[in-house]
Amino acid sequence: MALLEIKDLRATVGEREILKGIDLQVNAGEVHAIMGPNGSGKSTLAQVLAGRELYKVTGGEVLYDGQDLLAMAPEDRARAGIFLAFQYPVEIPGVSNLYFLKAALNTIRKSRDLPELDALDFLDLIREKMKQMEMDQALLNRPVNAGFSGGEKKRNEIFQMAVLEPRLAILDETDSGLDIDALRLVAGGVNALRGPDRSMIVVTHYQRLLDYIVPDYVHVLGDGRIVKSGGKELALELEETGYAGLGIYDEAEAVGKV
Amino acid sequence: MTAVAEHTGAWLAEFTRQPAAAPWIRQLREAAFERFAGLGFPTTHDEEWRFTNVAPIARTRFRAGAATRLLTLPEPLREAPVDAFEGRLARHAAFEQNAFVALNTAFLDEVTVIQVPRGAVIEQPIEIVYEVPEQAGAADPVAVQPRTLILVGAAAQCAIVETYRGAGRYFTNAVTEIVAGEGAVVDHYKVQRESSEAFHVGAHYVSLGRSANFTSNSLALGGALVRNDVSVTLSEGSDATLNGLYIVNGTQHVDNHTAIDHAKPHGTSHELYKGILDGKASAVFNGRVLVRKDAQKTDSKQTNKNLVLSDEAVIDTKPELQILADDVRCTHGATIGQLDGEAMFYLQSRGIGKSDARSLLTWAFAQDIVDRVRIVPLRNSLERILFEKFHEHA
Repeated sequence: MALLEIKDLRATVGEREILKGIDLQVNAGEVHAIMGPNGSGKSTLAQVLAGRELYKVTGGEVLYDGQDLLAMAPEDRARAGIFLAFQYPVEIPGVSNLYFLKAALNTIRKSRDLPELDALDFLDLIREKMKQMEMDQALLNRPVNAGFSGGEKKRNEIFQMAVLEPRLAILDETDSGLDIDALRLVAGGVNALRGPDRSMIVVTHYQRLLDYIVPDYVHVLGDGRIVKSGGKELALELEETGYAGLGIYDEAEAVGKV
Repeated sequence: MTAVAEHTGAWLAEFTRQPAAAPWIRQLREAAFERFAGLGFPTTHDEEWRFTNVAPIARTRFRAGAATRLLTLPEPLREAPVDAFEGRLARHAAFEQNAFVALNTAFLDEVTVIQVPRGAVIEQPIEIVYEVPEQAGAADPVAVQPRTLILVGAAAQCAIVETYRGAGRYFTNAVTEIVAGEGAVVDHYKVQRESSEAFHVGAHYVSLGRSANFTSNSLALGGALVRNDVSVTLSEGSDATLNGLYIVNGTQHVDNHTAIDHAKPHGTSHELYKGILDGKASAVFNGRVLVRKDAQKTDSKQTNKNLVLSDEAVIDTKPELQILADDVRCTHGATIGQLDGEAMFYLQSRGIGKSDARSLLTWAFAQDIVDRVRIVPLRNSLERILFEKFHEHA
């Protein structure tokens, strides 16, 4: 059964239309990669699914688990099991990672009719997940993402995902800015979370990430539409021909071609 | 006499009804009342009061009263009788130019005098609570004039918590003088939790001896119309830290004026005031720093940050630096901002509801001032107060 059904989704920012009719179906347990050049609408799609108000949905519909996703507030989407790993995780000075995660986890647990975790059980859980991500426990008492290196921020996103256990994880360019060791670690964290009940949308510019997180399906986005879909071999094909091989260009380049 | 001081006659009637006092106190009272009558209440034409209109105070007929005082003095401190402090009381709190200080001095009666002996290290905080209880059935609201004198001997160390609170409509006009001797270390807290209908005007005059170290923490949480003045004069090598937090909502108005006088070389002053404004509230920050000609090697830093949560709240912030020495380091900066939309979305995307996210970010903004409170029970109670405050806002 489809966990997520996107039908003819259109979205604008300001006057500019960025998503020009996206159709996509993601079933339980599937991993879909969304690839495309800069400006093709990948990140917009990720943020629209998470409920970012900056983007205005102008058409189409999105069903999540049979519900109208677009009518839900961002926090309700999270409580229903959607998780966005941010391309640029936000720094929040004054709020410790520990407090933040505990508030997030307990809100989500509450909405699933699970008891809130007490401080000790919570710490046990956190320590185990941090170990998996090879994260320094000192980060727990530091403010959320403040002063973290680029790699630490990305690892922190995957660590949060491991703690919150979403049903649909959307990874927005989680590979960007990572060296190969950090990339392996992040991919390992993601792969550990794969399972029959968890779906993922992996947004990336580069094929490299997909060597480590092997998708079931690959979709190529160009100018706000899915221009080609296929299996994991499509990513390899792209690696050889480039996006230009499919007749799509970076936004900046596209302007030059007109 | 100015037009707004409509009730000077009423104040005079209250003044003449005061209980007897020692001759030197009587003289002080009389000189101060004369000055008060001459100055009248300030208006917004007065530069020092440009953004704070005290007409609601000037127009109200008050009756003189006294706040209930709760004093907690750790051993071996004892309260000192005011009679022995002729020449020291009212030495730093000059009433010549300030009508409110003049008014307070005109009504000198019970003065809290605390002397910390030379070299004494007082571990527990000195706590002074001035409280105005609900005045049942009274026709005119009460005006109270709390007065405090704290003398800290050389190389002594102490922490002082002054709390102002009350119920109903009243006017607190407080003056505190603090004199810290050579090398003394003084950690001062003013917790202003007046009722939502109260007027509060409070002035602190602090004089620091050579190498004395003074920290002021001003927490303005209540009141309808509030003015705080903190004036600190430094000596050679003294160190002053001024932290402030003001949280206003509804139609509250809070004005913080600070004045730091670097009179001698090698002084350091660090100032951080943060404000959170919501509703139709307004706030003022005016930070004056004077570096006198002699005060070479002064190191002074002033920061004022404001978080504005509504479209109708107003903040006026103004640094006022006057630097007469040439070998100094002085910086200042002010910011006015709103809640960060990216941070809101980040929190919401993790399941945290919009109003909780708002509370959390507001709380986070105040956090570094709260962290500077070194008295643990006070910090905990402050955290609790803020928690409740932000949840009621959200």
